[in-house]
Amino acid sequence: MQATSAPGQTERSHRLDAFADWFFRNLVTIAGWFVLVALGLAALSMAWGGREAFMAFGPGFLTSTAWNPVTEEYGAAVAIYGTVVSTIIAMIIAVPVSFGIALFLTEVAPSWIRRPLGTAIELLAGIPSIIYGMWGLFVLAPFLSNNVYPWVDANLGQVPLVGMLFAGPPLGIGMLTAGIVLAIMVIPFISSVMRDVFMTVPNRLKESAYALGSTTFEVVWDIVLPYTRSAVIGGIFLGMGRALGETMAVTFVLGNSHNIHASLLMPGNSIAASIANEFAEATTPMYQSALLALGFVLFIVTFVVLAISKFMLMQLAKREGN
Amino acid sequence: MLKSLKRSLATIALAASLTTAAQAAEITGAGASFVFPTMSKWSADYNAATGHRINYQSIGSGGGIAQIKANTVDFGSSDAPLKPEELALSNLVQFPSVMGGIVPAFNVPGITANQLKLDGETLANIYLGKITKWNDPAIAGLNPGLALPDLRITVVHRSDGSGTTFNFVNYLSKVSPEWKQKVGEGTAVRWPTGVGGKGNEGVTAYVKQIRGGIGYIELSYALTNKVAYAQMKNAAGNYVQASNASIQAAAASAEWGKSKDFFLVVTNAPGANSWPIAATNFILMSKKPKNAEGNKQAREFFTWVYANGDESATQLGYVPLPDDLVEQIKAYWAANLK
Repeated sequence: MQATSAPGQTERSHRLDAFADWFFRNLVTIAGWFVLVALGLAALSMAWGGREAFMAFGPGFLTSTAWNPVTEEYGAAVAIYGTVVSTIIAMIIAVPVSFGIALFLTEVAPSWIRRPLGTAIELLAGIPSIIYGMWGLFVLAPFLSNNVYPWVDANLGQVPLVGMLFAGPPLGIGMLTAGIVLAIMVIPFISSVMRDVFMTVPNRLKESAYALGSTTFEVVWDIVLPYTRSAVIGGIFLGMGRALGETMAVTFVLGNSHNIHASLLMPGNSIAASIANEFAEATTPMYQSALLALGFVLFIVTFVVLAISKFMLMQLAKREGN
Repeated sequence: MLKSLKRSLATIALAASLTTAAQAAEITGAGASFVFPTMSKWSADYNAATGHRINYQSIGSGGGIAQIKANTVDFGSSDAPLKPEELALSNLVQFPSVMGGIVPAFNVPGITANQLKLDGETLANIYLGKITKWNDPAIAGLNPGLALPDLRITVVHRSDGSGTTFNFVNYLSKVSPEWKQKVGEGTAVRWPTGVGGKGNEGVTAYVKQIRGGIGYIELSYALTNKVAYAQMKNAAGNYVQASNASIQAAAASAEWGKSKDFFLVVTNAPGANSWPIAATNFILMSKKPKNAEGNKQAREFFTWVYANGDESATQLGYVPLPDDLVEQIKAYWAANLK
């Protein structure tokens, strides 16, 4: 009995396995394609929504600083400038700090503190952006305007060439404050990626370096960083993508003024903040279309930034001879 | 005989109470955030009095207009009136619900509420960026005896489109030809200078934080947040303080009877005691509603509001409509709504 039934059962279980395999493969394929389709459709619908603005203003939409709902003239230059500059400020602050956090956690800190500190960083990443915005507006901005910016204006503001970046009334809200708040928001992302990849460096590599008499700094600079370079850059660009698209926190502290100022202490505007502020009351079709067109521009800006990061990674890989 | 009468009366009463319970309608509305606090209070009181529920979504005037045009709500609300032609095109009626005042709030060390006096032209020049210091001769000239500091003025405006902005820049356009020509009016404009705060609360926060800041906000926000605000010179040439009385004076002096569909912006009102920057909230309803019952219920709700809502509105810093205006609205309903 058993001898006759066994081959039939194995055949059936083979067929079942084959089906399960086929089913699983298709399931994950659909999941994979879903991302691409969603991304493509989102970009397409924004381009379609913004077609009126693109057609009316042409390529000049990207370079025009006009934003006048009364006369219905719109341009994206102020918003693009604000988005890019606030993100650059954020990265200038966030990258070194994240690097320090990650190194401290993997190389320097005593082991009992690593876990609580790592958890604290992850918790920081979970705070909603509106909380950062309110903290920025009610705590950070008054502090900066009373204690820091007057000094910045009086001292850095007088330095030739770069002085114009730091001269201006200490309002407390503006490009620099937005950059600082953004930096605090992206530090958890960058530092936790860095920490995770630093931990993948094989101990024997580090130990050999130490054995040869390297200092901690030399081990980090010559062993850990080269080993993890591509992942570190990936982490930085992950944080950068978040900074580019951040909306609520920036809206609170950026000042929402459609003007380009040389000074970083002055208010500006960003793409995401403009959309969040104005979409609900954009009553005319052209106004709405201009905001959707801004959304499409943000897509392009983010895409360009990611493309640059991929290109940099490829160049690095080439230089290392892989 | 008596017994059976009693019984049948009881049955009728029971039936009546059952039908009212079954008919407890839900009235939907959407629009301006300006009226949201008083609308919530009215809804709660109305619900307690009649059992009907009001579901008001505070999504902004633009959204309210879009939703009533699409006929997806029983009433919409907007802080800027629609032109009669636009109303006719979408088969809508329009009438005022409640009023409020907009005040120029400021943050100048040493100067307290109502000490500062401004007129329309000076305010326009501040917002145009032509007056940049608090001790500018134009301001000092209006305030003899007030020690104005040599402090930079930071203009604060709304970053989002808003009915408050609409009424404020409408006023500036009426008093300053230069403003009208350079900036114009709308729920959002191209501000020549300054920083933008989101919502009344955003502007209030900026004014409180920035030394030398000036921003326009609803009177109720200025009162609850204890921000100092200026007296304004009105069209009759008198300096007035923003208050219930001066806003009501503005409402009363406005010539509602002459305006079709109540298309009137009560800024720079003529009366001797009128506050010059009043804001009116308008309700929009459809002449051809998808939901005729909801339309009727909404009208009953506003009838109740005009009769019973004055006190709660006043407590929240709003100004109820004058009685003769309410009579005009009721006549307008009779003529335009089924």
